Amino acid sequence: MIEAQSNKLLARFMLIALMAVTLLPFLSMFSAALAPSGTYPAGLQWPSDPQWGNFARAFELANMTKLLWSSSLIVLGVVPVSVLIATMAGFGLSRVDKGRGKWLYLIFVLGLTLPVEAVITPLYYEVKALGILNTRMALILPLIGLFMPFSVYWMRAHFLNVPQELGEAAEVDGASEWRQFWLIQVPIARPAIMSLSILLFLWTWNQFLLPVVLVQDPEQRTMAGALGAFQGQWGTDVPLLCAGALLILTPTVLLFLIFQRQFVAALLQGSVKG
Amino acid sequence: MSDALPNRNTQRRAEGLPPQPGVKRRVPNGRDRRNGFVAALFIAPALAMYTAFVVVPLGMSVFYSLQRWDGIGRLRFVGLKNYLIVLTDPDLIQIIGNAFNLILYFTLIPIALGLAVASVIRGHMSGPFGTITRTVLFLPQVIPLVAAGIAWSWMFASTGLVNQLLTAVGLGSLARGWLGDFTFALPAVGMIGAWVLLGLCTMLLVTGIAKIDASIYEAAELDGAGKWQELIYITIPALRQEIGVCVTVTVIAALASFDIVYIATAGGPGISTMVPGLEIYRLAFAHRQVGLASALAIVLMVLVLVCVLPIQWFARPKR
Repeated sequence: MIEAQSNKLLARFMLIALMAVTLLPFLSMFSAALAPSGTYPAGLQWPSDPQWGNFARAFELANMTKLLWSSSLIVLGVVPVSVLIATMAGFGLSRVDKGRGKWLYLIFVLGLTLPVEAVITPLYYEVKALGILNTRMALILPLIGLFMPFSVYWMRAHFLNVPQELGEAAEVDGASEWRQFWLIQVPIARPAIMSLSILLFLWTWNQFLLPVVLVQDPEQRTMAGALGAFQGQWGTDVPLLCAGALLILTPTVLLFLIFQRQFVAALLQGSVKG
Repeated sequence: MSDALPNRNTQRRAEGLPPQPGVKRRVPNGRDRRNGFVAALFIAPALAMYTAFVVVPLGMSVFYSLQRWDGIGRLRFVGLKNYLIVLTDPDLIQIIGNAFNLILYFTLIPIALGLAVASVIRGHMSGPFGTITRTVLFLPQVIPLVAAGIAWSWMFASTGLVNQLLTAVGLGSLARGWLGDFTFALPAVGMIGAWVLLGLCTMLLVTGIAKIDASIYEAAELDGAGKWQELIYITIPALRQEIGVCVTVTVIAALASFDIVYIATAGGPGISTMVPGLEIYRLAFAHRQVGLASALAIVLMVLVLVCVLPIQWFARPKR
């Protein structure tokens, strides 16, 4: 009994220590962001005269309104299309699990471990040949393709668990495959689709390498890509850089805090399946 | 987790039952073929996007890797020469070595700490405290890696928090600009990765350990097993799959690292923190050595596969 008590205390202590380690970099950035712009503050120290104006200045310099708009456009271009075609493909693959279908599935799965760096150079020339270099399309189209292995894998795993009797019953009633898909399969798949959407949103929003290579103008990039440019420009001004970085990560953190349960579930499941 | 999405197999796993595959039934041959055709229509759009933006570029990478090309002029076929350079050039070998070095930090630290936490709390993560912990530990997974890189560049700066803490405990003589130091820059980059992956690994292992039957531990305690023996003989074998997932995710993160290194050190000082991902970018877009960059890209892809496939095989569920 006493041992269980002390164990519980030790557990709490360990978790609090882990949380402190996780939060310290954010706190340190926050305290630095409040120091006078252009100075070199100490790691963690409440400034005597907090410069809240740094956030306003970083907001303007990073052109946050445009960035939010740009990132949202990219997410809106990537996530719905990816989820739709991956759901269709997952459904289709779950129907031809033997024979030729197995091969198709393997081709998709082979992409699961592919590092983006392995295709970034040809992607650049491909996107250039398509005439969409430096536009948001240069990010949207490749990202949809790059997300397919995981998305298809995810949705197929879901559909394999749906009892086939459901579809067969609809078939007997004369529903076409297409109607069956929309009226029966998609509604059942909602939780899986929701998690997939969250993961794809995060990966799109935080995508860095693709925007840096394929889009010159930071205002047409994702938030993460734009942060790279911001660092390039203001990297020597620690307070301003910290303020900018904090601003840029605020939208996702807010969304995360609001939909905390869904995010955590998606992240846990996502890594288990991936 | 109680709020896990209602996936049937998740539930079955929670109840200790094996996952159940889709119920199959023999269907007549004509319908099989029709089914196949309809399925192909459903698969086609995804396959088209995947082919256009992954399979074709991958093929092009292989093609470029056999050429000498500056990205503008004519291609010159050079056979396997680029690969020979990747595998013999001392700088490139060091760069590949750096990526493997990062595995030590990205993989070992999060999993060791995660296991320690998981075995101490052994699933007691309910209530508001549990929710807060989960939320906080997942923060690094939600923010862009670039932001993590910026935060930690500041932590490791000469007036940053790391040095401030060292000075506070009387170790001020150790203080330095960590990311600019030839010896310590790579471990410092490794610590950034460890920080990013720590929460995810911990939560995966905590969730996994909660599924182990508590009576197994009770029985072991009655038999006089110590904490250490419990860890070696019960926890680690039971968490084989979860550990497999953690190793896979973190090894890929280490080998294919780009964002953190680009922001924190840009590969420097010298090439002490240069990694293959960043070197591919540099070779292709700054030095216009597309062929060499592509050969390195293919080698990186193969290295990831060679590292990850055996892990998958070891971690697959025993049936």
